[in-house]
Amino acid sequence: MATAREVSDRAARRDVRDRWLLSAPALIVIFFAAIGPLFVMLAYSFMAKGDYGDVKFGQFSLDGWFSVFLQRDIFDDTITLADAHLSIFWRSVRLSVITTVLTIALGFPTAYFIATRPRHTREIWVFLVTIPFWTNLLIRTFAMQEVIRNEGILNTLLIRLGIIAQPLQIMYTDAAILFGMVYVYLPLMVLPLYASMEKLDFRLVEAGYDLYAGRLQVLRRVIFPLVKPGVIAGSILVFIPSLGAYVIPRVLGGGKNMMLGNLIEMQFGAGRNWPLGAAISITLMAIVMVALLFYVRNTARSGAGHG
Amino acid sequence: MGSKYFDIRTLPGFAFVAMVTFFLLYLPIAALVAYAFNAGSSISDWEGFSFRWFASAWQNTAVQDAAMRSLVIAVVASTIATAAATTAALATTRTNAYRGLTFKYAFINTPLMVPEIVTAVALLIVFSRVKIWTGYSGLGYLIAAHTAFCIPFAYLPIRARLESMDSSLERAAQDLYATPWMTFRRVTMPLLRPGIIAGFMLAFVISLDDVVITEFVKSGGQDTLPTYMLGQLRRETTPEVNAIATVFLALSVLLVTAFFFINRRKA
Repeated sequence: MATAREVSDRAARRDVRDRWLLSAPALIVIFFAAIGPLFVMLAYSFMAKGDYGDVKFGQFSLDGWFSVFLQRDIFDDTITLADAHLSIFWRSVRLSVITTVLTIALGFPTAYFIATRPRHTREIWVFLVTIPFWTNLLIRTFAMQEVIRNEGILNTLLIRLGIIAQPLQIMYTDAAILFGMVYVYLPLMVLPLYASMEKLDFRLVEAGYDLYAGRLQVLRRVIFPLVKPGVIAGSILVFIPSLGAYVIPRVLGGGKNMMLGNLIEMQFGAGRNWPLGAAISITLMAIVMVALLFYVRNTARSGAGHG
Repeated sequence: MGSKYFDIRTLPGFAFVAMVTFFLLYLPIAALVAYAFNAGSSISDWEGFSFRWFASAWQNTAVQDAAMRSLVIAVVASTIATAAATTAALATTRTNAYRGLTFKYAFINTPLMVPEIVTAVALLIVFSRVKIWTGYSGLGYLIAAHTAFCIPFAYLPIRARLESMDSSLERAAQDLYATPWMTFRRVTMPLLRPGIIAGFMLAFVISLDDVVITEFVKSGGQDTLPTYMLGQLRRETTPEVNAIATVFLALSVLLVTAFFFINRRKA
């Protein structure tokens, strides 16, 4: 005879088995078409490059990883830093940081404005932020191009107003990429900021004023610390896609102002250096993971109570 | 202090910045839509109102093919993704912690954390080899890739819905001798439906919008609407691209609005 305990154990085991079967389709698809290929790419980064793209399969080589940051002179074999790659890394990090800062500058007041509206109109403001967010990234990039082109709205307006005589060349510069990224990623900053500001307890703000704090002090010492989780979440949501941006620099930056995404693409296209492309991709992913780890540790420390 | 009423919620200048932000968010889109109706063939000089570019886009066979392909991929991929996400959500909610549960969460959400360009080239590497081995180069690769990155998006609202559902109704059904399948079909499923619809719509929009992964995975002649537009942006563009973008935009806004109202009714 089976004891009650054995029966319940068996039921529990069956439950866990069923749960694995139910989750199997999702796990299998993600394994084959998302996560598995990342490991294949890791392996490729350690192989010798093929003559016409691809790799010499199974032939071990560290050349790919070597060329991420270094280059060997073809004549005298001296090893120097790969300036071209370093400048692209630097541009990607710099533009992503500036994008994050600018989206906070615009997004913080916007989220605060929405959070202080009467409850029934808040939803409409949030909806207005959500629409651009769900609009195709390419369409928004193209829309930004309409604004900043030499014959675009911005230049036309400035010329009409007599502020400038010649159109400003914004397209195909770092500034164009910056405009594009701020525009495209702004909703990703506003939404988490709003989520944390909505829960803001204004009695604390009132207490601050009662204790003779000025507006700036209340903002810095009361409001900001309370909504910090939202600021961090928004920064992560903006920083990560900015760093991996591909479409925006391709359309607005042109061929010269590459970011990491474009450098990676080049290795799989004209560059015909798949191992290098794989190595840069993994480096990019490593930077993203570090940023995420920072985020997880930060939210764990500042208490799980805040979303 | 003066007699003026002091509102503790107001911070000076914040409302102004907010208005500027909303203006900036909508100005480029408005410009894009406006020039779709331009009678001339320029995207900077206004030459009068006309629908000619919508007509020309509608008759462009490359656009028709790309739109059809986008739709097929989005429907198939988001259907499979929603089904897989639904069973996965059933398997990972309303249970005591079991070995592998955290692993499943992490695994399902990983595609959200990897930069798109990285997934794109990784898929290029793997699929290019599979193409050589099998000789198959159809839409299957794009559908597989889209399904994978749609699953986490479909999973989110379905899981959220499940977690807010009261399991006592299902226990009542079982007490009344309903088989597990009947309980699922008659009780769980109807309660879960808003979550599934939301998940499907999210997945659909995400699939329809994808540029980067599609650009790297597609074989020759497999342009979707976004990759077709990306190709067009390299050349001198005519308002035809604006017209395509406008229709696309209208579709997205429609879906988001529907999503907004479905979620609101639930709350």
